[in-house]
Amino acid sequence: MKWIDFANPTTLDEAIRLLSEHGEKARVMAGGTDLIVQLRVSPERIGNADLVIDGKGIPELNEISFSKEEGLTLGASVPCYKIYQNPTIAETYPGLIDSASLIGGIQIQGRASIGGNLCNGTPSADSIPTLIAHNVVCKIVGPGGTREVDVEDFCTGPSRTILEPNELLVSLHFPAPPKGFGARYIRFIPRNEMDIAVAGVGASVQLDEKNSVIKSARVALASVGPTPILVNEATSALVGKSPEDESAISKAGQAAKSAATPINDMRGTVEYRKHLCDVLTRRALNAAITRAKGGTIDVH
Amino acid sequence: MSTKTHVQTKINGETVDFLCEPRQSLLEVLRDVLQMTGSKEGCNDGNCGACTVNMDGRIVDSCLVLGVEAAGSEINTIEGVATSDGLHPIQQAFLENAALQCGICTPGFIVASKALLEAEPNPSEERIRLWLAGNLCRCTGYDKIVRAVMDAAQKMA
Repeated sequence: MKWIDFANPTTLDEAIRLLSEHGEKARVMAGGTDLIVQLRVSPERIGNADLVIDGKGIPELNEISFSKEEGLTLGASVPCYKIYQNPTIAETYPGLIDSASLIGGIQIQGRASIGGNLCNGTPSADSIPTLIAHNVVCKIVGPGGTREVDVEDFCTGPSRTILEPNELLVSLHFPAPPKGFGARYIRFIPRNEMDIAVAGVGASVQLDEKNSVIKSARVALASVGPTPILVNEATSALVGKSPEDESAISKAGQAAKSAATPINDMRGTVEYRKHLCDVLTRRALNAAITRAKGGTIDVH
Repeated sequence: MSTKTHVQTKINGETVDFLCEPRQSLLEVLRDVLQMTGSKEGCNDGNCGACTVNMDGRIVDSCLVLGVEAAGSEINTIEGVATSDGLHPIQQAFLENAALQCGICTPGFIVASKALLEAEPNPSEERIRLWLAGNLCRCTGYDKIVRAVMDAAQKMA
C-alpha cells in the first residue's frame, strides 16, 4: 500500500479540523472494508488520499438510539452486526436487517457500516435502496455546522456523493415507523452469498388503519443506474390503491423497469436487469405489505 | 508525523507490543512483524477469508484492518486455537473429515468455525454454510468442511 498517515480523533471538531486541513487528501474510515482496498489497489480513484481519519473513536458516529416517538439514529460507523444483533432494531426495522445481514460475509459485517456503504456511494450498495425506502435523513457536519439531506439526494454519480471534502456523515435518521409500515430489500445475485447485486430493490409501504389502502409507498433500485434510483412513478401507481390490488403492484413493477438505466456488464445485460427490476419490485412490495400487516418475512 | 506507531494489543491472551506503519494491515503485522504466519494472505481484498482472525469477539478479515487499529483490542488467531493439551475439537474434526487439501484456507475456516460454535453451539447445515460464505476453498468443494464443523459441534456438545 502507498504511504498513509492515520488519525483517530475522538471529537467531531477534531475530525473536521483534520478534514479542513487536508481536503481531498483525507478520507474518513468506518469499517475500512472498501477504503483499505481502494488505498491498496486504486488510490488514484480516491484522490491519492494520504490521511485516513478513523471515525470509530467519535461518539456521535457510534450512536445507536431509538425511541418510539423519535425513531432510530444510527451512527455512520456502526458495524452491520451491531445492527442485526440489536433486538429493538431487528423488530422495528426488519427491512434494514435485510441489508445489514447481506452486505459481504460475516467477516465484512464485523466491520462494515451502513454509513460507510452510503459514503462509498456505489450504485450496487445494498443498503442505499433500503435507506431510501425508509425515508432516511442524513446528518452531515462540516466547518459551517450541521446540515440534513434526504438520503435519495446523497449520491450524485458512481462513487460520488454530495459530501464536500471538509464534511463528514455523522448519522442516519430513520423516522419512527407508524403502525402499518413495512419495508423489504431483496437483490438478485447468481450465488447465494458474497456477491454484488445484478439488481436490487428496496420497497416500503404505509397502510391505513384497516390495512386496506396504501397511503404511501417507496421503491428504490440498486445496480441499475449511475446512482441508486428512487422510482417516483411506482409511488404514484400504488398510493390510494388496495394492498391486494395486483394490477397496482404490476404497474409499480413496470415503473421500476422503465426507471432503470442499467449498463451491460459481466453481471448482466440491460434487458435482463430491467426485467429483474420488475420482478424484484413486485416481490419486495408484496413482502413489505406482509410486514406492514404484522406478518413475518424471513430475512434470508 | 512519525514513520512508525507503537501499538499495544492483546494477541491470544498475551499483551503484545509492536511498531508498525499506518499503511500496514493487521495481517501484514501478524505475518511480517510478529512472524505469526498462521493467518494466510489469499486475495488481500476481503473476499477469501484466509486471513480471518477474531477481533474483540467478532471475526474479521485481517487484511482489511489496519495494524494501528489493533491498539487496545483483543485479537485471537489460529496460533491460539490449539492448546498444550492438543488440537482443538474443530481442528481434530477437520483432520478426521479430510476437510483440507492444500491447507491455505484452513486457518481462516477454523477461526471462523470456532467463532460460530462459540456463539451457536448447534447450528444447522444452512447456518454453517451462510456463516462460512466469507471463506473460500478451491480444493474441497466445501462439503467436507461443513461436515467437519457439524462433527465438531456434536463433539463439543
